[in-house]
Amino acid sequence: MKLLAIDTSNAACSAALLCDQQVIQELTIAPRRHGELILGMMQRLLEQAGLELRTLDALAFGCGPGSFTGIRIATSVIQGAAFGSELPVVPISTLAALAQGQFRRDGHRRLLTALDARMDEVYWGCYEIGEQDRAELCCAEQVCVPTQVCYPAGEGWQGVGPGWAVHGMALRARIGAALIGTNPEAICEAQDIAWLAASELAADRWVSAQQALPVYLRDRVTRG
Amino acid sequence: MRVLGIETSCDETGIAVYEHGRGLLAQAVYSQIALHAEYGGVVPELASRDHIRKTLPLIQQVLAEAGLTRAQLDGVAYTAGPGLIGALLVGAALGRSLAWAWQVPAIGVHHLEGHLLAPLLEDPAPAFPFVALLVSGGHTQLVEVRGIGRYRLLGESLDDAAGEAFDKTAKILGLPYPGGPELARLAERGDPERFRFPRPMTDRPGLEFSFSGLKTFTLNTVQTELPRAADPEQTRADIARAFEEAVVETLVIKCRRALRATGHQRLILAGGVSANQRLRARMNQAITAEGGQTFYPRPALCTDNGAMIAFAGCQRLLAGQNEPLLFTPRARWPLEQLAPAA
Repeated sequence: MKLLAIDTSNAACSAALLCDQQVIQELTIAPRRHGELILGMMQRLLEQAGLELRTLDALAFGCGPGSFTGIRIATSVIQGAAFGSELPVVPISTLAALAQGQFRRDGHRRLLTALDARMDEVYWGCYEIGEQDRAELCCAEQVCVPTQVCYPAGEGWQGVGPGWAVHGMALRARIGAALIGTNPEAICEAQDIAWLAASELAADRWVSAQQALPVYLRDRVTRG
Repeated sequence: MRVLGIETSCDETGIAVYEHGRGLLAQAVYSQIALHAEYGGVVPELASRDHIRKTLPLIQQVLAEAGLTRAQLDGVAYTAGPGLIGALLVGAALGRSLAWAWQVPAIGVHHLEGHLLAPLLEDPAPAFPFVALLVSGGHTQLVEVRGIGRYRLLGESLDDAAGEAFDKTAKILGLPYPGGPELARLAERGDPERFRFPRPMTDRPGLEFSFSGLKTFTLNTVQTELPRAADPEQTRADIARAFEEAVVETLVIKCRRALRATGHQRLILAGGVSANQRLRARMNQAITAEGGQTFYPRPALCTDNGAMIAFAGCQRLLAGQNEPLLFTPRARWPLEQLAPAA
């Protein structure tokens, strides 16, 4: 399976090419410079692997939650690339990618992911690593105040993502003894999106270019 | 050369295909007016969210109408500014990556250059050089156009754009958003002799505009006249008429002055306000009397659209210009920073 994945959902900008169970990635921290960087990253990865865009099996992207503008950049880039090359698209949650990344790094299988949503709220997702070693959603992703996040029963949960830096105290109070540690430095990376997307594609779960849309979680953006 | 044009700088998603030597092959515009109506103005985040849902389906529709397959396009042009940055990013990212996937050149187009060159899509097209009056909700500018990319700003509004003044005045008169066209309709029934509004900045030399004072003048007139009016509905129409007369005459005076100052004979009008019938009639009269000639694009090319972006992009691609593999749209972008096409 050959698949190109990107993420521009926050300050980091990354692209990853998965090819026959090997993944190569480019990642840089570059706030507000995604437009300058992302297509070049994609092009270089293809050149490095000696592949052409249209010979891939699919494109994947971090569809949110995250910066509204950031997730729209990834979505628009993937819409254009997928429509132009007639490839299927696999949208992947940035929270799922955070969980997958933490599993890749230290093998934790129970993950509580959090991103700062501003306005005193968090984007929140609970994931467990399943039998296929892929992050699986336990209950619906949320945007809410940290004191109201839902989490599944059981012990041994690891906190992941920058939301734990901003709202750490409130979240720790909410989860209590079920929490075994946190990694607030973790960021969403395209390589984890690629692994998750490969499983989705293998299960025939994909969308067309025009169905590839952002998932904001926060749907109320006007007052009143 | 066939070019796909993508316009997403504000509240309209515009897509078109232009072919050099043949003209427009197909175009479509999706307007977000209804989406923003309840807020009384464009909400940038809602605009961006709508563009990302509409742009690609509209591209598919336009390609189908033109009977083109994906392999038959030679370039992609997208609006790269000025405008709402979040909205611009949607069209720029999609357009640039589509060109990458198609392996064709891409070009970021200045939104106002699109408007300036839109009359060249018509037959007869004005020859260079000409003076252009750009009048819309976001801009009021007089520009000398000597060629593609050879622009000189002669004057612009120091405060509200003419279209903005129309919309704000309409709001004062209690008309629904966007009020400009509604105000023009109301003015039809108004008595042009009842009130006389000032013609801002016409009593001194120069080609600058100012419309915010006119809006305040309207507000004061409404507050003094409406409560004591025997027929309030007629009074509202009379005020609308006086306002429209003032804006139209001001624009006419400045355009005449611009033609005299530059020595050019041709005047083109572009932008949403140039669809105003009274403005067109008065301008024709005044410019013809001077021995000049006026040009207007059809109404669909006056408001924001993809055709003007496809056309302007095509001219620049033909001149050998194109973008590297990145997209960096700009919310602000002075027209005079553009390079000539050849």
